[in-house]
Amino acid sequence: MVKQQYTAFDQVKAARSNNRPTGKDYIDHLCTGFLEFHGDRQAGDDKAIVAGVAYLGDRPVTVVAIEKGHGTKERTMRNFGAPNPEGYRKALRLMKQAEKFNRPVLCFVDTSGAYCGIEAEERGQGQAIAENLKEMMTLNVPILSILIGEGGSGGALALAVADRVWMLEHAIYSVISPEGCASILWKDASKAPEAAQNLRITAEDALAFGVIEEIISEQDLGKASFYDGLREKIQQELNDLCAMEKDHLKQARYLRFRQIGTKGMEEG
Amino acid sequence: MPLIQFLNRPKNELEAGGRKSAPIQADENEPVKSCPSCRKSIPLSQLWGNYHCCPFCGHHFRMNSRQRISFIADSDSFQEMFPDIQAQDALQFPGYQNKIELTKKVSGEQEAVICGTAKIEGQTCGLFVMEPYFMMGSMGTAVGEKIVRLFELATEQRLPVLGFTVSGGARMQEGILSLMQMAKTSGAVKRHSDAGLFYLSVFTDPTTGGVTASFATESDIVLAEPGATVGFAGARVIEQTTRKKLPQGFQTAEFLMEHGFVDKIVPRNQQRQTIAALLKMHEGGAGHGEAAIHSI
Repeated sequence: MVKQQYTAFDQVKAARSNNRPTGKDYIDHLCTGFLEFHGDRQAGDDKAIVAGVAYLGDRPVTVVAIEKGHGTKERTMRNFGAPNPEGYRKALRLMKQAEKFNRPVLCFVDTSGAYCGIEAEERGQGQAIAENLKEMMTLNVPILSILIGEGGSGGALALAVADRVWMLEHAIYSVISPEGCASILWKDASKAPEAAQNLRITAEDALAFGVIEEIISEQDLGKASFYDGLREKIQQELNDLCAMEKDHLKQARYLRFRQIGTKGMEEG
Repeated sequence: MPLIQFLNRPKNELEAGGRKSAPIQADENEPVKSCPSCRKSIPLSQLWGNYHCCPFCGHHFRMNSRQRISFIADSDSFQEMFPDIQAQDALQFPGYQNKIELTKKVSGEQEAVICGTAKIEGQTCGLFVMEPYFMMGSMGTAVGEKIVRLFELATEQRLPVLGFTVSGGARMQEGILSLMQMAKTSGAVKRHSDAGLFYLSVFTDPTTGGVTASFATESDIVLAEPGATVGFAGARVIEQTTRKKLPQGFQTAEFLMEHGFVDKIVPRNQQRQTIAALLKMHEGGAGHGEAAIHSI
């Protein structure tokens, strides 16, 4: 296997690379007629989350993407893809809108985590994430989430309570950053590579644990053929999900998460 | 009363000359605990007899889950459920198995949450109490599973749920599986809520990370203990990320109430009474209030 030559920490570096396509690149290349909508209707507009409506083929969809930005200036403006509570509330507002107008929801996730800031805490970062987890679980329309780079903890999960979760080949999905884990457990952030290995954060690990359904090959990443292949895959999946009866869809979504990590637990 | 006297009037019991209750008399041989808030020495019996609160300044000490159940539930009413669900070391994380074994011995508990049913002033409810002395109440697959089973059972039997949260967040030794427990528990809470049933949570010190960002804050009514640390990100991480000095009282229960994320702060000695009153008001779940009015 070719993948053996990469360590888990190589994957972390790859997932964080500035050269990867970001959320908005996916929207622009996969969708047509994208209209971005702003604001959570409560306090503000978070630029770390880009969301709105678009067509995927001829199907209207609601798209939500965490955007890291390209170049220092844009990255700063996007807060390096670390959303504030307003971002999660904007996402939820648009998902509820999608539910009303019976559009499936497509999320692109790429964040080191929800923003750790004083104001974020004051405005209820934890509450905003919790609200998304709860409401997405019973949303009446299909949700497909794709982790395109970093899947950093609760800040990523808040857009990934979905019927299907896919990961790019070199994306990562983790409960804590390897640096954070190393500094808590071993009081030494330089042991991050070891932590990355032990945390099992690669796409293959996530697939093995039943956390995701599919790994997207990064062959030709960012090229037209890559987007064409991905678009076709998404269209097929949305066709299947949209054909499902709503109660069945929601029940399956609940059970999808319900069974994760229960292997080996006593019955009862 | 002359104006000057009015302005200088005592503002509280202490200024007025102290409380009238009998002075605390310590047995010389009795072990004492120092209060981290007022620094006075408290004889253990006094601490235990006062809901584990400092009799001088009211500081709320952490208490283990069994003690909490004993003061909140009617005596002998608690029936524990799912006690055998235990942590799985699915990642084979270095040192985790040993840590779990050691923690089990020291705490006497099998996992970081205790679930069951209990009566509070005669009213039956589903009850979960998280355990600060078991890896600081961190949420792994076992905690997630126990919480979910409790909510599923409560939905089936149409019971309200009362929960006391204490947690350092998701348990990193179980990696991505811990993270998924946030979604899983949220789903169970949502179904319980959609069935019109009542869920009351109480933040105790500390409630942070993935638990704050999932089932702890998803309740109908959020109570908190005075002075409890409650937040999403750790204070030190925020300080390092923003390089700003944190405001006074940042991430305390009072701070959260100030910002609109806590309904009410209730000291421990009033919790049983307050919770019983709330359970009574929400008896039977949604629609009951209306039914009660019609029956008058």
